[in-house]
Formats: sequence, structure tokens, C-alpha cells
Amino acid sequence: MDKTLTMAPSVTSATSRLEAGPQGKRPRKVLSSRNIIVYGLLGLAALYYLLPLYVMVVTSLKGMPEIRLGNIFSPPMEITFEPWVKAWAEACTGLNCDGLSRGFWNSVRITIPSVIVSIAIASVNGYALANWRFKGSEVFFTILIVGAFIPYQVMIYPIVIVLREMGLYGTIYGLILVHSIFGMPIQTLLFRNYFVSLPEELFKAARIDGAGFWQIYFRIMLPMSLPIFVVSMILQTTGIWNDFLFGVVFTRPDTYPMTVQLNNIVNSVQGVKEYNVNMAATLLTGAVPLIVYFISGRLFVRGIAAGAVKG
Amino acid sequence: MNANVSINKSNSVSIRELSLSFGSVTVLENLNLDIRDGEFLVLLGSSGCGKSTLLNCIAGLLEPTEGQIFIKDKNVTWEEPKDRGIGMVFQSYALYPQMTVEKNLSFGLRVAKLPKDEIDRRVARAAGILQIEPLLKRKPAELSGGQRQRVAIGRALVRDVDVFLFDEPLSNLDAKLRSELRVEIKRLHQSLKNTMIYVTHDQIEALTLADRIAIMKSGVIQQLDDPQTIYNRPRNKFVAGFIGSPSMNFLKGELADEGGKPVFKTNGVTFSLAGYETSQPLTAGRKVTLGVRPEHIQVDGDIAGEVHEAVVEIEEPMGADNLLWLKYAGHTMSVRIGGARRYAPGTKVRLAFDMTLASLFDAETEDRI
Amino acid sequence: MAAHSQPGRPNQLFRNLNSKIASIPMILTAVVIFLGGTIWTVTYSFTNSKLLPRLNFVGFEQYERLWDTPRWIVSIQNLATYGCLSLIFSLTIGFLLAALMDQKIRFENTFRTIFLYPFALSFIVTGLVWQWLLNPEFGVQSVVRSLGWTSFTFDPLYNSDIVIYGILLAALWQGTGLVMCLMLAGLRGIDEDIWKAARVDGIPMWKTYLFIVIPMMRPVFVTTLVLITSGIVRVYDLVVAQTSGGPGIASDVPAKYVYDYMFFAQNLGQGFAASSMMLLAIAIVIIPWAYLEFGGRKRG
Repeated sequence: MDKTLTMAPSVTSATSRLEAGPQGKRPRKVLSSRNIIVYGLLGLAALYYLLPLYVMVVTSLKGMPEIRLGNIFSPPMEITFEPWVKAWAEACTGLNCDGLSRGFWNSVRITIPSVIVSIAIASVNGYALANWRFKGSEVFFTILIVGAFIPYQVMIYPIVIVLREMGLYGTIYGLILVHSIFGMPIQTLLFRNYFVSLPEELFKAARIDGAGFWQIYFRIMLPMSLPIFVVSMILQTTGIWNDFLFGVVFTRPDTYPMTVQLNNIVNSVQGVKEYNVNMAATLLTGAVPLIVYFISGRLFVRGIAAGAVKG
Repeated sequence: MNANVSINKSNSVSIRELSLSFGSVTVLENLNLDIRDGEFLVLLGSSGCGKSTLLNCIAGLLEPTEGQIFIKDKNVTWEEPKDRGIGMVFQSYALYPQMTVEKNLSFGLRVAKLPKDEIDRRVARAAGILQIEPLLKRKPAELSGGQRQRVAIGRALVRDVDVFLFDEPLSNLDAKLRSELRVEIKRLHQSLKNTMIYVTHDQIEALTLADRIAIMKSGVIQQLDDPQTIYNRPRNKFVAGFIGSPSMNFLKGELADEGGKPVFKTNGVTFSLAGYETSQPLTAGRKVTLGVRPEHIQVDGDIAGEVHEAVVEIEEPMGADNLLWLKYAGHTMSVRIGGARRYAPGTKVRLAFDMTLASLFDAETEDRI
Repeated sequence: MAAHSQPGRPNQLFRNLNSKIASIPMILTAVVIFLGGTIWTVTYSFTNSKLLPRLNFVGFEQYERLWDTPRWIVSIQNLATYGCLSLIFSLTIGFLLAALMDQKIRFENTFRTIFLYPFALSFIVTGLVWQWLLNPEFGVQSVVRSLGWTSFTFDPLYNSDIVIYGILLAALWQGTGLVMCLMLAGLRGIDEDIWKAARVDGIPMWKTYLFIVIPMMRPVFVTTLVLITSGIVRVYDLVVAQTSGGPGIASDVPAKYVYDYMFFAQNLGQGFAASSMMLLAIAIVIIPWAYLEFGGRKRG
């Protein structure tokens, strides 16, 4: 097309102008500067997040001589699983030298019933708050939610007294109760928001059909709420497994959960520091929540988003 | 008032001085309503008028603040929903997603612990009436909107109740399905002869289905009458404007006396009121609004009576009908004519107003004169 | 005729009875533990309880002693430094990561998994890993030195002046993934048409973020802020694992102070007074938020 041609409104020039110039799909550069910046920054951040995990794994597979010589980022020259065995079965806390396995089983014994009890209570609470409000129910709920922000330290001692009165202080049952209490605000909120989001007409239809409180809960609501139960289970399992403060306050050394025992092993002032054993022990303690996290994937994200953003 | 209200025996549902407020917001106020046995009553109004709230009160899903509700001469004000002898159909169908159609239908009966063969008999009957037998083994997610609503109606049907409550049952369906199911509900009513209370904001549904329509606004029933009366003799300007599409033409003006006969004057134009029926004296000087529906104005051709002349501004052909928007005496008016008759904008037309079907409203109270 | 005079009205106490019975655990928790426990602790903070709680009121004596204790002052200073920096960095980093993730990138799930996994780990695990990474003999410092920069010094956990930054580093590693997730959810919640409109109007992307998107995300920021803050005041496990409060008392925090006075120093009154101060700090943040969130409008 002649570039000197002016804006003559002739049919030919109009069509030719339509045909010339950019057309079709815009060519995309894979290595555009924008992409380099975006992926570069993300990659850098990913490195920062991954490095500690990498160092943990590498350290736990080295022998102590190699650790003393080399740098923490270098891969092991000679892979050894001895630190793992030692961490699991031989590491000492105080006078006990039977490793982390004791803490692991304690944590299992604490986590499973705590998750079940707390979810059972919270789901019924959420259901009552969503569908069967009574005078004052919102007031109690508000206290509960505000209570979630009260520092635990404020409530610990009164709970110690209550548990002592009930004869549960120092037992696993006491700790299960404590976990159920402190898990209640977020869990109740989670379930309440979920049940509120279900169509209200379903609940009305069930009432017209003559179903009562428990019948609607078990026969209508529960079958529809599997996702939220899974989300809640993920949150509670990781949360309770990772707890340290309640474990240290409410149990005795022989019932200490894994986190407490781990801290005692690593930060023990006696003996030579065995960093490889420490890292193996740390990885072992982190393994359960990590496995839960990697298996659950998006559900975990959904859980924290549901618990936080809607709250 | 006396607690022992005498309840007419032929009434299926009676509502006495019902009020409901949430905190400081009053949704229903001192509402009285009698619904006859076997009647199809439509509660009509725009959203927020209290029609659904009233239905939920009748169902027992909401507790009234004051007043009483009687169903079949029994005071059910504080009865549980299941003990009221009602079935209800919801806008969102409200089918239990995890149950098959059959289980959905039978859930209430199973909760009530009815014998198995009785349950089967009732489910089969309902499925037969609604022609949903092939769907019985399916889950709600596998059904179309129309099929779901049919199942929802079936769930009310199996309960073997006297009163059916419908809460905007067709609002979630597309236009074609809506008109199909509308006919089906009417057929159902004709064969079952149950009392049906039907909430909707759709005036077509109301006019086509109802034996009587109760038009509601701000928690108060504005008019309770058969569709014909509501359409032709609206009690006030709100009802007149709410029913009919496009809306009734309203001309503000005043009454005058011309040669001993009452006339209506607006912006220098005079309308004869010959043929207008009223029990009130049409006193000259009274400020009023004249309301005429678009289909009650004749255009050109063989027209009778007083003739007015106007200019066509816009033409809206709608297939069967043709809607003309006219400018006349400073008012914009719409007129409905046959679809075959076309007018270009700017055309002059002659108009005749049918005063026997027109309405006059007091400018102050907005009530019909 | 008044409704309540009508016969046959069921007793209000028994209405919804099942719901009330089912709510007993919640009511007990809310009233006895949360409300009662708080009142109990605050009450006993005005006593001179030592080994056992005793109702022997001494006015504000415990609080006066608290603010005269250098260890408490250090822990408050630590909390302030840690809190401010933690808020600024986790919001900034979290938002930047979320904005990067929102560029319709590939491998979004992989990146998200990487950024969020530390959040699944406990503070104990986090603290111990970073204790190892920051170990001056073997960790980052020694690696950099072995590369030739022999004067390089980075030993926050053994230097009282900067120990709190070492803890901050670990805390950010653990918690920014969560902030990123919340921010990303907020970004995804913004109407696509806003972006289209900004593009048609020719507004540069950074301006769109700064002047349109961030103001629209106010609720997300507020919620995140509240979550981070309540976490900050609670910080305990991380310090215990990473430094045990050391060197000396240099990385002490209020939560640790409370715990030590309650369970080791056998000075309950001090512990109660210190925990009441923590409560006060939280109240300053929470009450305005709760008022905005729950008080202003009726929630469904």
C-alpha cells in the first residue's frame, strides 16, 4: 500500500488498510522481560522457602565428621541413615533414651481423639448456630470468637485448676479436653459459615418433612458436608500435632507429645551436639503435618482461606 | 379482641391479626386473611413486601410476634411445621442432594415411621400423577430444572395434606418451562382440589392461576379479589400500577362539571366520564388521577364515543401486539393495538378511551373513586 | 390481645431444646473458660499469689514490679520490634508474592505448595531448623566465610543486639505463605472487569494495584492484620526452640515471661499481671476490629 496515500475515503484504500498491519494472533515471546522478572522473583522466593527443608534432609543424611568438615549446603558424600535410627529409637531426653518414638506415639494418642472430639463438638455447634438459633446463641458465639484472640497464657492457669479439680491434670484426657476447647472457636466458625452457605430452603423442607434437630443433622447436613469435615480434619490434625505450649503445660514427661520431646532432645545441654540426629528428629516431627499438607493440597489452602477470610 | 374468633367452617386457612417484626423492622402488620377450602390463592407483590414471610408463618417456619393461624379450624400458631397438615414447594426446589428422587419423596414418611407398603403406595401415586416414575432412581443433580420442580411438588404430594404452599416455585425456571409448569400446576389443582397458597412476584402467574389474588405491599394486603376484579377494578393506584404490563396510563387532573355531566380535565383537555361506574359523587374541583390501561384505548378505525387526537412517538412491535407510545396533552401514554397495524413515528392518530374500564383515583389517598 | 397471654404457647425455655443441649459445650467454653478464666486471671493479678493463688489483694503492686523488671522491659521491646517488622514484612512480602502469583503464571500450584509448606510445620520445627541454619560454626556464616569472605559475620542467635531479627527471619519463613494465600484469595475475589476497565483506560498495572486493587482489598488486609497480630502477641514456641530466650534474656518475649513466672519462678501474681498486660495489648487491636466487624452491621 502506498504510504503517501492520504486518508482518501475510497473503498480500495479502506480495504487495503484493513488487510495491512498487525493481524491474527499476537506473537508472544516466551522470554519477555516481564516473564523473566515474574519467574525470576518467584524462583528466588521458592529457593528461600525450600532451602531449610533441603538443609534439613542433607544434614540428617550425613555423619558427624562430615558435618564438622563441610558446609551445610553440600550434599552428603556418604549417605547414612544412622541419624534417623538414632533419632527414632535412641536419642535421650533426660534419663530416657528411647528416642522420639515415645513422643510420636504420645502425639498419635493425643491427636486422634482430640481431632474427633473437637470436630464433633464444633460441627454440632456450627449447625445449631446456623440453623437453630436461640436467644443468646449469637452472644455465646461472639464470646467464643473474641476468645480465640485472648492469649492462651491468660487462660492457662484457670484451666490447670479446673483440670486438677477434675483429676485430669497431667493426663492425656486433660490435654484432649484442652485441644477441644481451644480448637472450638475456629472450628465452630468454619462449620457455621459452611452450614449458613447451604440453601436455607433445604433445612425448611426437612422441617416440613418432620425431621428434628438430630435427624436433620445426621441425615441431611452431614452427607452434604464431607468437604468441610475433611478441611477441618486437616486443620485440626496439623494444629494439634504441632502444639507445644499445651503439651508442655498439661502433660507429664512420660506423656509429652512429640514437639515437646523434640525440643528437649535438641536443646538439651548435656552431651555432644549431634546435629545430624537433631535434624533427623526435626524432620520426623515435621513429617506428619507435611504429609497431611502434601496429600491434601488445595483443601488445606481452602481451609485456611475459609477460616480466615470469611471470619 | 375476643380470643374465640368464630371461624367460618368453609375456611381452610385463617389468619387473625398476624404481626411479625424482626427487632424494629415490622414485616407483617395486623394481617387478616381467610382462604376458602379448595381455593387457589396467590400472594402477589414485589420483593420485600412480606409475601414469603407470610407463607413461612403459615408453614410454621417463622414464629409470628402476634396473632393466630388456623388450618382446618385448628389453631396451629405454635404447632411444628410437620403437624400443620401442609406441604411446601420451594423456589430452589430444596431437594436433598444425596438422596435419590424416591428417597427424597419418601423422606418425610420415613421420618414419620409410616409402614413400608404405605410409603411405597404414596410415592407411586405421586410419581404417577406427576409422571416422574422413570426418574425415581436418579439423584437430583441428574435432573433438569423442570424435573426437579416436579419432584419438589411430589414431595408435597406424598404428605397427603390439605394445604399446599408454593414459594415462587417457577422463578428459577426459564420462560418456556415456566409456562409449561404453570399449566401443570393448574391442572394439578383442578384434579386434587386442595387448598393452594402460592407466592409469586409474577403477575402473569398470579392472573392465570389464582381463584383470588392478594396483592401485598409493605406487609399489608392492598386488595384481595378475583383476578378479573383486580384487573378492572383496582382498589387503589398501587394495585392498578402493579398489575398490567405495560403499566396503566395515569393522567393527573381534576374533576369538573360540563353541562351537568361530570368530566375529567387535564392540561386543557376534557374527557367525558360517561359510562364510569362509581358510588361516590364526582364533585367538581376534586383532584384526581385518571387511569386507563393501554388495551382500553381504541385507535383509529371504527371508534365510538369521544375522540381525541395524538401523535405517535415510538412504535414497539411485539409480534402479536404492537405498542404505541403517544404524546397527548403533555402526557406520555402507551396504547396496545393489534400486531398487524403499523404506525410510523409522527403519525397522527385518533383515540377513544373506554371509560367503563377506566379508574379514577383520589389524588390524596390514591384510592379508587 | 397480647400474644403471650394465649393458651398453649410452649415454654420458651423448652423451645429449640435440642439446640440448647447441643450448645452446652460451646456455652461452657465461652462462659467458663474464655470469660471466666480471663476474669479469674485478671482478678488474681491484683493479689500477691506466690506458689498458690490466694485472694490477698495488693492493688497494682504486681504491675509496678512488672514494669520495674528489666526482663519484662526487654521482652516488651522485643515484642514491639518483632511485631512491627513482622507486620510490615509479612504484609509486603505476602502481597508481592500474591501479585506475582496472580500474573496467570504456569506452575502456580507448585509455587503455592512451596510457599505454604512451612506453615504446616510447627514453630518448634521451624525454630530448630533456623537454629541450625544460623549456627555460626556450620551455618550460613561459615559457608560464606569458606567462600573467601573471611570477615563475614552473621550470627544473630549469638548476638544479643540482633537476636530478635534471627527469630523474625524464621517467623517470616513460616508465616508469609499464609499471608500470600489470603492475599491471593483477595486478589482473585476482585471482579475481572475492574482489570479490563483499567486496561481500556490505559492505567499502568502498578497504579491499578496501588490505587484500585489494594483499596478494594481492605477487608482482606484487615483480617490478615488481625490474624498476624494475634499470632505475634502469642509468639512463644519459636523463641523457646530457636534460642530459649537467649543469649541471656536477650530474646525473651512476654509469653515466655508469663510461662516462666507461673510454672518455674513460682510467682503466680507476676505471671497473672504479665498475662493481663498481654490481654490488654490484644484488646487494643481486637476491640476496634470486632466493633467494625460485628457491631456495625447485622451479620447473617
